[in-house]
Amino acid sequence: MFAGVALFAAPAVADVGGDVTRGERLYEQCSGCHQIGEGAVNRIGPKLNLIFDRPAASIEGFRYSNGMERAARNGLVWDHPTLDAFLEDPRSLVSNTRMSFRGIKDQTDRNDLIAYLRVFSDDPQNIPEAAPTAAPVDHEVAPEILAIVGDPAYGEYLSGECTSCHQASGAADGIPSITNWPASDFIIAMHAYKDGVRAHPVMKMMAGRLSNEEIAALAAYFEDAK
Amino acid sequence: MTINRRVFLGSVGVTAGILAAPMVRAQGTPRVVVIGGGAGGATVARYIAKDSEGAIDVTLIEPTKAYYTCFFSNLYLGEFREMDSLGHSYGTLAADYGINVVHDWAVGVDRDAKTVALAGGGTVPYDRLIISPGIDFIDGSVEGWSLAAQNAMPHAYKGGSQTELLKAQIMNMPQGGTFAMVAPPNPYRCPPGPYERVSMVAHLLTQMNPTAKILILDPKEKFSKQALFEAGWADHYAGMIERIDPDFGGADVSVDPAAMTVTVDGEVTPVDVCNVIPAMKAGHIAEVAGITEGNWAPVNAADMSSKRDENIHVLGDATQQGDMPKSGFSANSQAKVCANAVRGALTGSTVFPARFANTCWSLIGTDDGVKVGATYEATEEKIAKVDGFISEVGESREVREATYQESIGWYEGITSDMFGKA
Repeated sequence: MFAGVALFAAPAVADVGGDVTRGERLYEQCSGCHQIGEGAVNRIGPKLNLIFDRPAASIEGFRYSNGMERAARNGLVWDHPTLDAFLEDPRSLVSNTRMSFRGIKDQTDRNDLIAYLRVFSDDPQNIPEAAPTAAPVDHEVAPEILAIVGDPAYGEYLSGECTSCHQASGAADGIPSITNWPASDFIIAMHAYKDGVRAHPVMKMMAGRLSNEEIAALAAYFEDAK
Repeated sequence: MTINRRVFLGSVGVTAGILAAPMVRAQGTPRVVVIGGGAGGATVARYIAKDSEGAIDVTLIEPTKAYYTCFFSNLYLGEFREMDSLGHSYGTLAADYGINVVHDWAVGVDRDAKTVALAGGGTVPYDRLIISPGIDFIDGSVEGWSLAAQNAMPHAYKGGSQTELLKAQIMNMPQGGTFAMVAPPNPYRCPPGPYERVSMVAHLLTQMNPTAKILILDPKEKFSKQALFEAGWADHYAGMIERIDPDFGGADVSVDPAAMTVTVDGEVTPVDVCNVIPAMKAGHIAEVAGITEGNWAPVNAADMSSKRDENIHVLGDATQQGDMPKSGFSANSQAKVCANAVRGALTGSTVFPARFANTCWSLIGTDDGVKVGATYEATEEKIAKVDGFISEVGESREVREATYQESIGWYEGITSDMFGKA
């Protein structure tokens, strides 16, 4: 069956259909990395508008993991069954994906979340005029700190402290990927740890002794890492 | 003599990798030789090769073709990991990084000639030598035990076959039998390791031999993560584990491997499995090289160079460096500081200031992980602690499960960082 059939066959969607309102709440666990809605842009993860029936790894300008590129070459297209499998256990569908997400075990939760994603795929006209769900920004960082130009060579040396745990390839197996993050997201996250807004004890300790320049250097290095 | 790579290579997979590697050896190219392919040695070889992009010729001398990590081997005892998942090859370091991997024992170091002698014959010349040999055991530190007794009473404190032997012995314990552990005195590899091991053995016994007992004979008053382990043992394994500390004879222990008994403060007790973890010292080659003082090799914190020889660096468990615990994480952290300094010395690349970190995760029971960690800096005198944290007693189940998941991620992270697997 063509995946595209679902686009026109409303009853088929209803069969697996979920609760869009619940799905919107569930989406909060995605919004740290993925924007969706009017004005959504690629961040740590690609934007998710029009994801239904789109071949995997097909948004121009986003740097996908090798694993996702490989899955795309093998013909992966996003529809209900593939999204369902991916959301249940990302790495079992796409090995070495950079998506640091353990998955959603509950079928109803997945259905609701997919129903919410579906809202942004029916037709570009249907995308609501709301601001993108966005917000990896969970912390205020002064503009002059964000404006620091980091030295990627120093960042590469400092990155040795990160790659004892975070895999340089971007693969994520219980510890999130930090490879190819937009520099501003990286800086904001690190300052959130440094300032104690984010609670993870290892990251608070590691970020705690990094200077503003060192954080900028790491962000510059990881943004373009291999 | 100059090494002929093929002489030292047996494994088909690795050989293929090496032959495909770019021939970077050129006249005048500085030579780094690394002894030991563990968390310190594999990491330093990979970082020097990767970052020097052929400007330094790197040789890694490591006797085993498949390296089994000591870290996470306790999880094999508890049946949370397969032994296969702890094994790693040097194929990527050879094929993708152009490192000359020599599977042989280093048996001598001529510091004047700057050469390393190999058990298989021949010598390897170096400009800088990096020794990362791990630990060896001190003869006679547990009365009645020697390496000759390691099959009757395994130490299982180096990864691989010893761990498998200990597991097999636990599986064959009679119902209601006794597992004894002779814990090591400080300082030793992986401070929480013996106590994580007790947790994992208890986890296994709870399922297949629930009336069995675990006896820890401990020469130390206190141990790493003690409050966390003791709370976890009470929680998961109530009544199974007894620890005898020095006040009750834990430091006055002898063993009889033939009779399978332990004697504590003069009292003889028969046991069914006895895990003897003796006192430790730097791996033998450090002593042979003449860079040890007492049991360990003192180093300068800024670049991990030996205090005995400026052309030799030492990494990991074998070092006497200050405040860092002896752990795979520490060795990996020290390796990156050392790689940066050695590259700078040999090629003039920028040398950034030393900085170190360590985190040790331990598993107490199913989805019950804890951790302790710290950051460190180099001072004139030593590697000095800057800041640290430890898991708290009474954390929620969710936090403990997340900590365990994180430890699995760390294992993938550090082994990728060591072996460069894709």
